Amino acid sequence: MNIVNILEEIEKVDGEIYERLNPRRAAMKDFFNMGKKITLAAMPLALGSVFKKAYGQTTPSQISDVLNFALTLEYLEYHFYNHAVVAAPGLIPAGAPLGAITTIRDHELAHVNLLKGALGAAARAPLAYSDFDFTGKGTFPDVYSNYLTFLKVATAFEDTGVRAYKGQATVLKGNAVLTTALQIHSVEARHASHLRQMLAANGATGLKPWISLGAGGASNDTGIAAVDPIYVRENTSMQAGINIVGINGNSAITAAIAAESFDEALTKAEVLAIASLFIK
Amino acid sequence: MENLNERNQNMLSVEGSILEAKLERRSFLQYAGAGAAIVALTAAGCKKDRVVVPTGVTLDFKDDFGVLNYAYALEQLEAAFYIKVASAPPSGFSTAERNYFNDIQYHEVAHREFFKNALGTAAIGGLEVDFSSINFSDRASVLAAAKAFEDLGVAAYNGAGVRLKTDAYIVIAGQIVSVEARHAAYVRDLISNGSFANAEVVDANGLDKAFTPDVVLGAASKYIKTKINVINL
Repeated sequence: MNIVNILEEIEKVDGEIYERLNPRRAAMKDFFNMGKKITLAAMPLALGSVFKKAYGQTTPSQISDVLNFALTLEYLEYHFYNHAVVAAPGLIPAGAPLGAITTIRDHELAHVNLLKGALGAAARAPLAYSDFDFTGKGTFPDVYSNYLTFLKVATAFEDTGVRAYKGQATVLKGNAVLTTALQIHSVEARHASHLRQMLAANGATGLKPWISLGAGGASNDTGIAAVDPIYVRENTSMQAGINIVGINGNSAITAAIAAESFDEALTKAEVLAIASLFIK
Repeated sequence: MENLNERNQNMLSVEGSILEAKLERRSFLQYAGAGAAIVALTAAGCKKDRVVVPTGVTLDFKDDFGVLNYAYALEQLEAAFYIKVASAPPSGFSTAERNYFNDIQYHEVAHREFFKNALGTAAIGGLEVDFSSINFSDRASVLAAAKAFEDLGVAAYNGAGVRLKTDAYIVIAGQIVSVEARHAAYVRDLISNGSFANAEVVDANGLDKAFTPDVVLGAASKYIKTKINVINL
């Protein structure tokens, strides 16, 4: 159980790690001790009970709203990849490509299970593959028969996921839940980076692992007009009131570099609007 | 000479607070650091390199400035590394790799300068780095170091987010960490395609690493000559 190992490692250096993760030290300590006793499969559920202990009888609705929102996106991602792996033979070339998509699929399933376990009874109704329309209501009709289309939609989903978690971070301020959310968020960014490289290797020449400026300074660098809403504001050059372009006389920090250096957040409403295209 | 002017301004503002007889422990440390910086600057003349602060820097985690300075320290380290790589890439680098390492260099410089400006007079001085363990003419050595820096950066931001109290800074930290994760995945794939999020960094729950500052600074210490004092962690 990696998280327990990490906590153990950290405790060697930082004796008060549990207090830092959450002021309700006892709750974290319980979690830690529990981790030693229970099996890996039971872990997500156990994590749920930790949240309950840490925050009282039930998880505050603001927190569970964010977790359910994340859970919806994770269901979407999981079913998207899982269908490609198990039900669309020949779509993804065997070898490295299928290996990568399988790895990503497995992570999304782990995220679903983790969030479900954390939410416990507050978890939203489960979503099945049949609840989704991955053609995006006809926008990507060959998503499961054309590898390039599949990679485009995958890239769009991962970049959306990165932006969606970022948008909810402030709601989780100061909570141990924020750390977990950030740990999911950076995994989504790793996926996005890899998928962009896969897309670049399959025709989207010049697409970078990070989100750059689109043609003519547009916010969407993928050249796929249908996914414009996913990249709104990615061409931003002001961060917390500071202009990044040419900052402190660094003329090499161009508008493109400024756009690449900082990923932008999407609001919940923006994400739900994007997701609704793929949810029946 | 830009640095000198800024240092002088910092110096003046620190002296101002001393005149007001508010010599708290923190401002004393700033004063000591600034004084040392001036000495170092005199020695360094007009060199464009960052100012060396031999007496060390202090990261005070009592508030968001401490966390931002922690991020500033890590971004200084990353920027210094990539500047060195980009200025003389290993001969084994392809053109595409040279271009992307050039990009990454500027991303890290943008992050570094962002924190410097956001912190203003609360910013720590420049760190002196030690890259003697890296063979900059060897592609594998450079990639291994880049992977270590990026994975560590991701774990550092993931672990530090919960400490931040200001919404704007929580958002900024999130905006930067995903770019670091994109770098990490890219570098990992260069080393071994498909290792972008392997079990070395992502656990069975699909979670990336999150480290506390002690752990991160411990891991980074072999690359940093400047003594980093940590208080109120």
